[in-house]
Amino acid sequence: MTGNLRLGFHAPHSSGEIADLLSEAAHAKIPIEVRGRGSKHEVGRLVQTGSVVSTERLTGVSLYEPTELVLSAAAGTPLAEIEGLLAERGQQLAFEPVDLGPVLGGHPGEASIGGVFATNLSGSRRILAGAARDHLLGVHCVNGWGESFKSGGRVMKNVTGYDLCKAVAGSWGTLAVMTEVTMKVLPQPAETRTLLCFGLPDLTAVEAMCLCVGTPFEVSGTVHVQAPLAASLSHPGIAAAGAAVTAIRVESFPSSVRYRISRLKDRLAAYSLSLELDTDQSRVFWEEIRTLRMFAGSDRPLWRISTAPSRAAKLVAIIARTLEIRAVYDWSGGLIWLDTTLTSDAGAVEIRRAIAEFGGHATLIRAERATRASLDVFQPLDLPLASLTTKLKAAFDPAGILNPGRMYPGI
Amino acid sequence: MSLLTLPKPDEAILARRDEIVRQLKKLVPDAPLIADQEGRRTYETDALTAYRCMPLAVVLPGSTEEVSRVLRFCHDNKIKVVPRGAGTSLCGGALPLEDAIVLGISRMTRVLGIDETNRCARVEAGITNISITAAAAVHGFFYAPDPSSQLACTLAGNIAMNSGGAHCLKYGVTTNNLLALRVVLMNGEIVDIGGDYLDAPGYDFLGLITGSEGQFGVVTEATVRLLKAPEGARPMLLGFDSPEAAGACVAGIIAAGIIPMAIEFMDRPAIHVCENFAGAGYPLDVEALLIVEVAGSDDEIEILLENLTDIAERYSPRIIRVSRSAEESALIWKGRKAAFGAMGQISDYYCMDGVIPLSRLPEALHRIGAICKAYRFRVANIFHAGDGNLHPLILYNANDRAELERAELCGAEILKLCVELGGCLTGEHGVGIEKRELMRVQFSAADLAQQMRVKTAFDPDWLLNPAKVFPLEGRTRQ
Repeated sequence: MTGNLRLGFHAPHSSGEIADLLSEAAHAKIPIEVRGRGSKHEVGRLVQTGSVVSTERLTGVSLYEPTELVLSAAAGTPLAEIEGLLAERGQQLAFEPVDLGPVLGGHPGEASIGGVFATNLSGSRRILAGAARDHLLGVHCVNGWGESFKSGGRVMKNVTGYDLCKAVAGSWGTLAVMTEVTMKVLPQPAETRTLLCFGLPDLTAVEAMCLCVGTPFEVSGTVHVQAPLAASLSHPGIAAAGAAVTAIRVESFPSSVRYRISRLKDRLAAYSLSLELDTDQSRVFWEEIRTLRMFAGSDRPLWRISTAPSRAAKLVAIIARTLEIRAVYDWSGGLIWLDTTLTSDAGAVEIRRAIAEFGGHATLIRAERATRASLDVFQPLDLPLASLTTKLKAAFDPAGILNPGRMYPGI
Repeated sequence: MSLLTLPKPDEAILARRDEIVRQLKKLVPDAPLIADQEGRRTYETDALTAYRCMPLAVVLPGSTEEVSRVLRFCHDNKIKVVPRGAGTSLCGGALPLEDAIVLGISRMTRVLGIDETNRCARVEAGITNISITAAAAVHGFFYAPDPSSQLACTLAGNIAMNSGGAHCLKYGVTTNNLLALRVVLMNGEIVDIGGDYLDAPGYDFLGLITGSEGQFGVVTEATVRLLKAPEGARPMLLGFDSPEAAGACVAGIIAAGIIPMAIEFMDRPAIHVCENFAGAGYPLDVEALLIVEVAGSDDEIEILLENLTDIAERYSPRIIRVSRSAEESALIWKGRKAAFGAMGQISDYYCMDGVIPLSRLPEALHRIGAICKAYRFRVANIFHAGDGNLHPLILYNANDRAELERAELCGAEILKLCVELGGCLTGEHGVGIEKRELMRVQFSAADLAQQMRVKTAFDPDWLLNPAKVFPLEGRTRQ
């Protein structure tokens, strides 16, 4: 393949071809945009490259052993294909990957499985089941030298050598190009129910959600959607309430769900409990949360904030003093999605000032290119971490050819 | 010393021993510093006792600041450092070197805070694993990873090795249960990663440092996730005429969509030893025994145990026995948890830690038997069946040097078999010194080169816990 790396779009059919392209790029110091199926292309700082290397033609599931809870797929395999295959055998990706397609102007289900792990985007069930990175058992990658390497494997437990899976998960393609991923899969629950409370103020909602996850009942989702956003959820009862909605999800076998729901209702007696969703209704509701339906079809800047639940409502209240915002609290408040009015900095100054006071980090998920070009999309790192970040980048991609600047300047 | 060798010590460092000790004393006057022969002997080995080596000196700092001062001094003077928790490593992860300082953090044991709302605990990393759960239990919480050595092992050691335990099928291993780390790098720099929230910004240094076997830095503090204890838990015993049937039953349980808290497997030799020791009521006329534990309310447990009974019956079990009382449950677990101690009473043993895909279990057990027979050893198999993590125990006489060397060769064959079957060399004990030379069985030169580059990023002079993890030949510091 040498000599083929011209400006433009490359979607090789094999990991070997990707290695050849990257080797050539490293040699010539040509920066590359690393892409899966492109569904999250518009997230991050602007990458100044003339060439794109995509994994979209590396597709297919090479291993699926339902009784061993393991699946391997080429990195470009559509997430939707994997989820479909798992569903046929009553299984799922337990970390419930967030689908950014709709809020970025695309459709749901367009992500690649490699992109899911490269961005470590985990959904509501993260509070019980862990993040995407916790389910990544093994990877095959090509680094910035154009060398293929692997880490991890296909078994559930593995401490052989360093866990480089963790390094590449969440690295947004800046350390290596994943060509194959092996993941842990889990059974789908037989039954799901969701308790809804309407009209809770944010602080009270967070308190109720924390109360529920602090029980032995394995609550698998807690989300609070502020009033103006709740109206865009499809369940007629929610729209009719015209108020903020707080949802608590339980998943298990039927009698267990009945028992756990009844115990949770006791605990929630003081919180104006109003509605209960059955399995089918729950599926729709949580799918809408997973695809961030509340924020779709808009160009308002969208932020993803990670913080401690106990400080979440105060953090949002402080931001709301200076910005016009609408917020959703997932993970009992540990994950906040909020959008704000269009301004030149998307509210970055106010949001980051609040973060500095309350702890956590904020990522600008949706904003115009000009805005993303002029501010820190990812939370700026403290000096010791920034220095380690530079060293780790150099250990994978010394020429700095992989998604240069996508996360941080110079990385 | 047996098959594995340690690198030749740096004579210049050895010659400076007295001076180094004096300087350390001045640097951290409040930290115990052990330089005498007898004192150092306590630290000459860990739980892989076949290997011993007297360190240059042992220092036991009491704070992150002291750890930082010691590391910066060692960095500037090019002195190697072996970090140590409680010294329970089964792979020689804490084995000293003659020209290295042992830096033990076993004095740093404080609980710094339990946060019920955010469900986490901030602790100093020298705390024992069990003490975290003890501190959290007051609030009805527990810390999930539960390695067999949990009474003694430190959280720092758990983080270094990414330790698991019997219940990680449901709750994950150490890396899945950490929120934040305070780490001192070899140059003395103190780095804080993560916080009291679920995901840290930027690259996943939390995940990368966990399982790095003390080669990236010394962890002095951590924030761990706490979970609410289930209302109750109860085990059942399933006995089978063949390991194949037991393996098929495990697959059947998982295929039915049930993920129990734990699925533990014992073969006939292990059953007999454990039963003799603990009187747990294990059946003695079966070839394989499963302990399956489920959790929840009494009603939930009853239903799950009924479902498990239905599933198990498809695999022609010789015996199905559900625990009917807390006493009976305790007894069932006593037998399993005493397994290593009980085995130690009848023979010295060499404990393996390979992992295989569950579907290869019958073949693995068959071939492990054949390997041990060829090396003229008896073997007992105990393992975490839900995740395929095997612990074959090779029974040998530790006082016979030739037998020890044969046991190591036998163990290496078993681990190579695990890799051949699609698994790995180690599931929860780590590579340490023990499996260092086998790394090429599992990894290509390029795989290892990438790992070594990451090592170099954290510790350019390779001063932290050297002589471990990578084969001694062919090390690169790119």
